[in-house]
Amino acid sequence: MNWMVTKRMLVAGGKNFARGGAVSAATVLIMTVTLGIIASLIFLSALLSYTLTTITQKVDVSVYFVTSASESDILAVKDQLEKLPQVATVSYTSAADALTAFRARHANDQLTLQALNELGGNPLDASLEVQAKDPTQYESIVSFLEASPALSSDGTSIVDRVNYAQNKEIIDRLALAIQATRSIGFAVIALFAIASILIAFATVRLAIYTAKEEISVMRLVGASNIYIQGPFVVTGVITGVIAAAAVLILLWPAAWYAGTKTEGWFGGFSIASYYADHFALVFSILTLSGIVLGAVASVLAIRKYLKI
Amino acid sequence: MIYFDKVTKRYGDTAALEGVTISVAPKEFVSIVGHSGAGKTTLLKLLLAEERPTDGNVFFESIDVNDLPSSALHHYRRKIGMVFQDFRLIPNKTAYENIAFAMEAAGRSDEEIATDVPYILELVNLSDKAAHFPDQLSGGEKQRIAIGRAIINQPDLIVADEPTGNLDPINTYEVVEILKKINELGTTIIITTHNKGVVDAIGKRVITVDRGKVVRDDAGGKYSL
Repeated sequence: MNWMVTKRMLVAGGKNFARGGAVSAATVLIMTVTLGIIASLIFLSALLSYTLTTITQKVDVSVYFVTSASESDILAVKDQLEKLPQVATVSYTSAADALTAFRARHANDQLTLQALNELGGNPLDASLEVQAKDPTQYESIVSFLEASPALSSDGTSIVDRVNYAQNKEIIDRLALAIQATRSIGFAVIALFAIASILIAFATVRLAIYTAKEEISVMRLVGASNIYIQGPFVVTGVITGVIAAAAVLILLWPAAWYAGTKTEGWFGGFSIASYYADHFALVFSILTLSGIVLGAVASVLAIRKYLKI
Repeated sequence: MIYFDKVTKRYGDTAALEGVTISVAPKEFVSIVGHSGAGKTTLLKLLLAEERPTDGNVFFESIDVNDLPSSALHHYRRKIGMVFQDFRLIPNKTAYENIAFAMEAAGRSDEEIATDVPYILELVNLSDKAAHFPDQLSGGEKQRIAIGRAIINQPDLIVADEPTGNLDPINTYEVVEILKKINELGTTIIITTHNKGVVDAIGKRVITVDRGKVVRDDAGGKYSL
């Protein structure tokens, strides 16, 4: 296809859009709604991921060490754990740090503090807080600790206890809930995306249906299929780009308003901040979706009228 | 130039044409007449490859129209200029753009378009309506634009399906005069019509079709059913 033909298609597509009047406006409106839904789904997906990550981060397993365990032995265990592929982070709390944290936590509980003082010394154990990449992997981490117990120089195990057994049921339930929410959430998002895409397709089909006489005339005066299709595809792409631009502009006040109203409910997730931080991503997804939707819907819609 | 060889066209059990054999020589002006549903439009649709015959063959010069693949149809149709009863102008293009479209579709250059379209607009006496859209034109003006579009690529053949069917007598007369002039310049013309006055005014070969069959073929040029 040479430049002259391309230029004519671009000009004709632009004129078709400009002269389309109510049909162009209605197509842009529906496409705007479709892309608006896709944008909402991007935010929903980010919120879902944020919430699930936050919940996942709240789950951990603590490994408590006997009071006689040396710090170097504990740090050796930490190194071993960090090498496991299923481990996300391991943090060390020394016995002194545990005591400080305990005192701070019970600063208003004089009875407990008094009892602690009467005990003398530090009764608290040093510990490692292990966080898995996935809540379902805690069992294998604990199995690793049991299978290769860390020993002190005199051959006794330095691990006093692991709090996994008492938390197992809660962790398992939470892992299941997170997995189910992730699957269902993304399935719902996919479903809405497909539904909105189908609506956009139907609208473009309807717009092209109004031009079916025009298409048959073009065929009869000797226009090739590609020369007939081209301007409609250009019109579809213009529709998609304008709709994407409208959504990107409207999202600023909408995200700001929704962000200020919902940040508290969403546990710190701000839609406005997410939009500002990920503008390039949202821009790319919406613009590309608009272009692809407009072009593909036009090609598919016009195909059936090119058989004359 | 054109040869219908024992052409039959059926829609289900109904035969729109049955064993039709017609030949048209270059530079002829042929009027096809007949009642509604006689098969006149079907003949033209077969010639334009809008429909395929159930049986028989349609030849245009050496081309067997039935054998043309879909991808080659647009090349074939550029040899033919079409004029319709309902004008079939592209509604969102101006008069100028409607005529220019046929040239653009044929791959003609911008310079050729800039030269030829104003000339054709002048020929059909509509230079002052170049920027008007079809809904801003009268029936006669629309048909003159349609004729302009049909002749702009200097086709070998003009096919006009009831071109005066929607026109008043004055516009009918103008359209017939334009078609006669085009024919005098050497273009073959096939016209279908109900209008006795049009056929008699043309005064050339008349083919009468009735119930899908050619019942009369007069070189004399008088309307007769």
